[in-house]
Amino acid sequence: MKLIIAIIRPERLDAVQEELRAVLDEQDNYRITVDPVQGHGRQHGDVEYVRGQPVQPRLVQKVRVMVAVNDPYVDRSIEAIIEGARTAGDGAVGDGKIMVMPLEEVIRIRTGERGSKAI
Amino acid sequence: MLGSTILQLGSVIGAANDVDSGSTAWMLTSSALVLLMVPGLALFYGGMVRSRSVLTTMMHSFVAMAIIGVQWVLVGYCLAFGKTVGGFFGFDPAYIGLAGIAHTQMYADKGVPELVFVMFQGKFAIITPALISGAIAERMRFRSYVLFIVLWATFIYCPLAHWVWASDGWLFKWGVLDFAGGTVVHISAGVSALVLAILVGARRDWTRGTAMLPNNLTMTLTGVGLLWFGWFGFNAGSAVAAESPVAGPVAGLAFATTQTAAASAALVWIVIERLRHGKATTLGMASGIVAGLVAITPAAGHVLPINALFIGAAASVACFFAVQMKNKLGYDDSLDAFGVHGVGGIVGALLTGVFAFTPVVGALGGNFGQLGKQAVAVVVAIVFAGVGTLVIALFVKKLFGLRVPDQHERDGLDLAIHGERGYHHDLG
Repeated sequence: MKLIIAIIRPERLDAVQEELRAVLDEQDNYRITVDPVQGHGRQHGDVEYVRGQPVQPRLVQKVRVMVAVNDPYVDRSIEAIIEGARTAGDGAVGDGKIMVMPLEEVIRIRTGERGSKAI
Repeated sequence: MLGSTILQLGSVIGAANDVDSGSTAWMLTSSALVLLMVPGLALFYGGMVRSRSVLTTMMHSFVAMAIIGVQWVLVGYCLAFGKTVGGFFGFDPAYIGLAGIAHTQMYADKGVPELVFVMFQGKFAIITPALISGAIAERMRFRSYVLFIVLWATFIYCPLAHWVWASDGWLFKWGVLDFAGGTVVHISAGVSALVLAILVGARRDWTRGTAMLPNNLTMTLTGVGLLWFGWFGFNAGSAVAAESPVAGPVAGLAFATTQTAAASAALVWIVIERLRHGKATTLGMASGIVAGLVAITPAAGHVLPINALFIGAAASVACFFAVQMKNKLGYDDSLDAFGVHGVGGIVGALLTGVFAFTPVVGALGGNFGQLGKQAVAVVVAIVFAGVGTLVIALFVKKLFGLRVPDQHERDGLDLAIHGERGYHHDLG
């Protein structure tokens, strides 16, 4: 089991969800958690004008997507996220990152089930 | 009618002592409209600061309703509109606490009960110091602000209102035109704001060049909508307060010029932005509306709507570039109280002397003397408000200090000053 965390552009969320749904719908195991986050990598915040003065926010608005998947689904999930989140063409600075980490345990609170069937 | 019973207390003059129901109804409405501008101003300013100081900023406007609302009844009206002492301030023992003003007493020859006039003028006294608060947002001590506006209203606003609006004030008698408060309200507040911003010093993050963005421009736009709406009371209401007994046509004129100048100024501001930055911003729209309303205030009942188009446009150009100056000159007029109210007020007061056609003509009609009088009034207001603010602010600084502690400024003023936050993330 892996936990996939993707930091993406807010406006790409719909596309990412669509791609993930297409590869994870088998066995009813498409699960997703999303939250709004701020941060920065190489991309700078969009310049805003406040009464004629350009102001550059220190942080960029992003969306963090979390999906926990069983091992056979890891690569296709990554592909799906890239497909949905990459800017058309060759991509652009600020398209985001995907981080994959081992997942020690998953427990479904309602039933107490553990492991891959609880995912 | 009530005519025979209302002569019981001294200060009734003129022939028309009956209640004029139309004028009285409009003045009651206008008084309420002008009060609505104060929460409007709170929203306007509140949206422009960072979320950690939103409540402090809004409180600056709201607390003026409480403080000046009391001050005006106790001494404010007496000092502004009592019997003149040499044309420089008013005083009448019967006006202290409004104790000697019977509810049946009429104001001058306007056909309006004096208490209605007291309330109408009181709303102006409330909003004027609140305008100043935009210059010192996110860093001033609350107790210092409170003491400052009490002293400012008493020693700056009341005398200035007396000079310009009381029938025996020296500027009024000299023939200066200030329909609804270009000098009394906007120049005085704007200049005082500049002085106070310099004395209090820039915000920590302004000095460090940290990006500071408005927390909620939707609030600012809502606020400016309320200001525009309330301004009809401010300007068209001033017809009855300041003009001849037959004030209906003048009120209509003031209404039309107010609407026209606001629209023209808003349009010009976003056009300037579009040309300079390629984008017409909503904050620019809001700023333009206020600049236009400010500039038409002294002129509202004296000029034609076609002149108002020009006054609004000129105010937008002047205010837009004035606002850009603060970064070059290095003062943190945080929400542009001077850049919009001070500069817009000066533009409006001078252009009143150019375009006026009633009750006297201005420079456009060959009467250059009127423009000269307007210029003198502008200088008088700048010097009086500027020096007066300097004295009051230095006194308050000696007593309490002007700034919050550095750590409070970092954390945001809301929690430190009021023990509240404006926004809670709803996590139970």
